[in-house]
Amino acid sequence: MRGARPDARLTGVTAHAFHSDFALRVNGADRPLTLDHRVTLLDALREHLALTGVKKGCDHGQCGACTVLIDGERVNSCLVFAVAAQGRDITTIEGVAGLAAPEELHPLQRAFLEHDGFQCGYCTPGQICSALGVLAEAARGWPSHVTEDLAAGVGAPGELDADEIRERMSGNLCRCGAYPGIVAAIREVAGADGGGAPATTGVAGGTR
Amino acid sequence: MKPFGYERATDPQAAATLVADSTGAVYLAGGTNLVDLMKLGVTEPALLVDITGLPYDSVEHRPDGGVLIGALVPGSRLAGDPGIRERFPALAEALLSGASGQLRTVATTGGNLLQRTRCVYFQDVTKPCNKRRPETGCSAVQGLHRDLAVLGTSDFCVAGHPSDMAVALAALDAVVHLRRVKGSARTVPLNGFYLLPGDTPHRETVLQPGDLITGVELPPPPEGAAMSYRKVRDRWSYAFALVSVAAVVATEADGTLREIRLGLGGVGARPWRAREAERLLTGRQPTEERLREAARAEFASARPLPQNAFKIDLAVDVITAAVRDLVGGQRR
Repeated sequence: MRGARPDARLTGVTAHAFHSDFALRVNGADRPLTLDHRVTLLDALREHLALTGVKKGCDHGQCGACTVLIDGERVNSCLVFAVAAQGRDITTIEGVAGLAAPEELHPLQRAFLEHDGFQCGYCTPGQICSALGVLAEAARGWPSHVTEDLAAGVGAPGELDADEIRERMSGNLCRCGAYPGIVAAIREVAGADGGGAPATTGVAGGTR
Repeated sequence: MKPFGYERATDPQAAATLVADSTGAVYLAGGTNLVDLMKLGVTEPALLVDITGLPYDSVEHRPDGGVLIGALVPGSRLAGDPGIRERFPALAEALLSGASGQLRTVATTGGNLLQRTRCVYFQDVTKPCNKRRPETGCSAVQGLHRDLAVLGTSDFCVAGHPSDMAVALAALDAVVHLRRVKGSARTVPLNGFYLLPGDTPHRETVLQPGDLITGVELPPPPEGAAMSYRKVRDRWSYAFALVSVAAVVATEADGTLREIRLGLGGVGARPWRAREAERLLTGRQPTEERLREAARAEFASARPLPQNAFKIDLAVDVITAAVRDLVGGQRR
């Protein structure tokens, strides 16, 4: 599938092509591409596959706006070359809605709406993909920097308190400062609220 | 960014041959630092050899209590490994205190060792930097150096090594496993893996062209040892260390320090093993005064600069607190 000529190994660096033909598996579909190797996964998704839900913030792996899931793990797509993501299962925010039930918003998406987990919305796709990664990591019992007992880890996502969520989500910046809503939304889905506050109480209405 | 070739390595020999025989070829693993440096123009490889398909991705716990960590194991999985959390908590703590969740899922153990300094001048191709371009000068000595090193530096370079993980590995007496170009295996103690800058700061490790890190081995920790990783930074999460301390401490029944190993981060040109402090403390009672004296003695050879001289006092405090808490915990 790659663009380098078959004899590339024998003839040295000049034989290596600067582009490749390959497919990216995105939201369950194989998408054929011919791309310069310099194209990041982020740019491939946005500029070549029209999946503009994923956002470019800093483009240096610092803000988290470009977070997608690769094989179920949260990843900064700006720091991955698209060509290196071939063969992996990529989920963008456009594919999140179908993850839990067909044609339905994912519970995390609904929770972000209910808890007003955003203002301008630019960081939201990355926040939600990252939060999906957080929930998966917690389901494995993985501890964080603030987990009390490192060896014991966390028993279930529902054990994540606000400090845990803040620590685990620290790679996702929100310039609008919607963090309280973001934390509340993730807590709810993690089960920490245990069906607590009704959705309407968390909605700030027209105050944006 | 300059155009580059891309190859996926299917076996280690093919990967090594490609890198050794091609001008400007480098290995690509997680890429969290390399891709960024390519975007910045700091690194301009002609060929990326993607090694993520090679079989170095497991954590093997051994009957003797040691462990072999594959070079491709990402930080998130290593920190989540039950055996690491149980028996090498300083390593898990160091990993979890570094970077962000979505960097740790990708950044590998081998790549973490080889990450480059975050000195702003190293990352800015418009500025002189002896590490990036030899013999152009150091911009940091007269410029911004608050975050940079005080130990092991030279007139040519005051950059610090940014890794948290490697600081824990320094205290754990880790051994780096390499595969030479021709296929032979070689091991290098982590504490002999990094070179001090001297007048050649662009040379950072003992790696030869084509050498491939295949894993990191941790020997069994000293019997009865307690260990921790304590990190001080400007904000609570997702920031590099101003000072960090990985401490491994084993005490006798009377409280005497039978063995003590201290790795320091944020202060060294390389992940710093505090041998002088260890020497002064081994076989002694870890009183507050003695801990402070030993910690300060480690910095006798420090080369503080105006903005980062504070790190010495800070490190003395953090070393003292880290050991005091470990010893106290053991006595409980």
